[in-house]
Amino acid sequence: MFLEIKDLSVKIENKNILKKLNLNINKGEVHAIMGPNGCGKSTLANVLAGKEDYEILNGKINFKDNDLFDLNIEERAQEGMFLAFQYPVEIPGVNITPFLHSAINSKRKRMNEEEIDNLSFAKLLKSKASDLGINIDMLKRSVNTGFSGGEKKRYEILQMSILNPDLAILDETDSGLDIDALKIVTDGVNKLKSKDNSFLIITHYQKLLDYIKPDYVHVMVDGSIVKSGGSEIAAEIEKDGFQKFQ
Amino acid sequence: MNSETLNTLDSYSKNKYKYGFVTEIDEEKPKKGLNEDIIKFISLKKNEPEWMLEWRLKAFSKWKKMKEPKWANLNFPEIDYQDIYYYSAPKGFDKKPKDLSEVDPKLIETYNKLGIPLEEQKVLAGVAVDVVFDSVSVATTYKGELEKLGIIFCSIGEAIQKHPEKIKKYLGSVIPAGDHSFSALNSAVFTDGSFVYIPEGVKCPMELSTYFRINAENTGQFERTLIIADKGSYVSYLEGCTAPKRDDNQLHAANVELIALEDAEIKYSTVQNWYPGDEDGKGGIYNFVTKRGLCAGKNSKISWTQVETGSAITWKYPSCILKGDNSIGEFYSVAITNNFQQADTGTKMTHIGKNTKSKIISKGISLGKSQNTYRGEVSFLRKADKARNYTQCDSLLVGNKCGAHTVPYIDSKNNTAVIEHEASTSKINEDQLYYCRQRGLSHEEAVSLIVNGFCKQVLQELPMEFAVEAQKLVSISLEGSVG
Repeated sequence: MFLEIKDLSVKIENKNILKKLNLNINKGEVHAIMGPNGCGKSTLANVLAGKEDYEILNGKINFKDNDLFDLNIEERAQEGMFLAFQYPVEIPGVNITPFLHSAINSKRKRMNEEEIDNLSFAKLLKSKASDLGINIDMLKRSVNTGFSGGEKKRYEILQMSILNPDLAILDETDSGLDIDALKIVTDGVNKLKSKDNSFLIITHYQKLLDYIKPDYVHVMVDGSIVKSGGSEIAAEIEKDGFQKFQ
Repeated sequence: MNSETLNTLDSYSKNKYKYGFVTEIDEEKPKKGLNEDIIKFISLKKNEPEWMLEWRLKAFSKWKKMKEPKWANLNFPEIDYQDIYYYSAPKGFDKKPKDLSEVDPKLIETYNKLGIPLEEQKVLAGVAVDVVFDSVSVATTYKGELEKLGIIFCSIGEAIQKHPEKIKKYLGSVIPAGDHSFSALNSAVFTDGSFVYIPEGVKCPMELSTYFRINAENTGQFERTLIIADKGSYVSYLEGCTAPKRDDNQLHAANVELIALEDAEIKYSTVQNWYPGDEDGKGGIYNFVTKRGLCAGKNSKISWTQVETGSAITWKYPSCILKGDNSIGEFYSVAITNNFQQADTGTKMTHIGKNTKSKIISKGISLGKSQNTYRGEVSFLRKADKARNYTQCDSLLVGNKCGAHTVPYIDSKNNTAVIEHEASTSKINEDQLYYCRQRGLSHEEAVSLIVNGFCKQVLQELPMEFAVEAQKLVSISLEGSVG
């Protein structure tokens, strides 16, 4: 099993958010989690990435034969977990190119791979950016600084394609995107998709799933997954809302 | 702030200072204490003309009547001026060595260890260096090449002998001896430092630089630097400083005067890395420095850039007097304090001429239990029509036991003045750290990256050769790892 979440219960500031949640993802699969606001979708993403504000009450997560709780944030990232943030934070004065260059090399170091030099990295970055229709000028700017909402999301996808993760978690990546931006973002995901990696797509709306075809759709309500199935579930939600699952 | 961040910060504060070694060398020191005899001794050692000695003694009599300025946000025990050595020089240094073959190999070794090789073939290309060891200048590189252009770059002691007319005219013209007690003290007992004169129309082709090293124990270093840029000339100058680790505090009180004539530009950069004391606040340099530049001529420009990471106490306000019409003053500062360090630093911009402009960018970073204060004064005199100032002060707090303070004064006697002031104080942002680490960067790398990003506006003002070094120094000040 590639990612196995077993009976996961999590609380933050005395509030139980996740309640005995179970989810299994195999290599090469695309999973979508849909649910109403406040059901715990983003908490799940952050617990997977290792954010430290949460208290794990119960459960286990296995990722690539590791007990995920043994790894800190950066170790999980270096092991191939990538989180595309819902609200990417601005880091003024930190240029994108050296930032990503350090990121990719820290991953390579852990994997005992040779570090990538400046020149080859610049080439890689340029080619990935042009694949995603990202202006080269954007690469001269500071991380997320002064970016529009759409630019931030596109830049998340650029980072994802550079770091080439084994498991990419997309946290409400569609929110705040117009149709053109949504296409660029979903194109990026579709290009990266292979039999060797997996995606966990968290979304509120069904629209995103018109562009990325998930293998499985899960409905999350009040901290646990209440129904799983194929993309027909998304259509059901589109028609009737989350009401009937609650 | 979560526990992991606190752990990382804790490891940062166990700062290791890699310049903390002592050179075992026989030094000549007269008795401790400040009096007329020691001033006469210094003047004699330096083989000074009579008028220089008189100048010193006059400053000393002023000092006796003065009290230390007390308005800074600094806490330290009373300085006992009678418990300090005012002169210390490696034995046999009565005359400055003519070339390196006359220099004690231990000294050359010291500078090699500090990363400042003195042999010209090893010197950083395009940078001329004057090195000062305790009270004396050891060597000045690239002198001959500069002389061809009419540029004078030598120790201040040498300038007093060889260029007395310039010294008489300019020394003390920007910082009068009686300005305050530290300037009076320095004027009385200054030992060495650099002198620079750039003739009319000459753009100095290389960076000029002075490297100050305090070695001897219980010794004060009182350096004096004077830079004159004649009409239409340009010079970029950089100073660096380090000292051994010692448990006692040591006093460093420097005076630096800059004069830019019509259309001239002086760019002055400092990387200050005096020993800051240990993690319990023991030892470290007391750094009381007066730096002032006079934009004397029309269209002249003086730009100060400082990266302040060392010293137990920093008291320093590099300032510009904007006398010439259309003259420009700039101040770019990064001040990092850790453990028990205290910094009270900023600038003074005095607009006298019409259309004068000043710009202040200050970045303060506080860690550990340190206190970091920006203090600035921008004033517009009656005749300073259409003068402008832009000030930006940003403070970054890392941890929750440190303090950041901003004390800006603005005084305008001319209602055409335009003044803009922006200030911010923030904590190191957990979301930024989370973001960086989610991309695979370690916690330390992430902090260093974020702080360097925060300082970027200032660091990019440094000469190219030093920008990279300064960036490393910023990281080292944070993490304490030996590079």
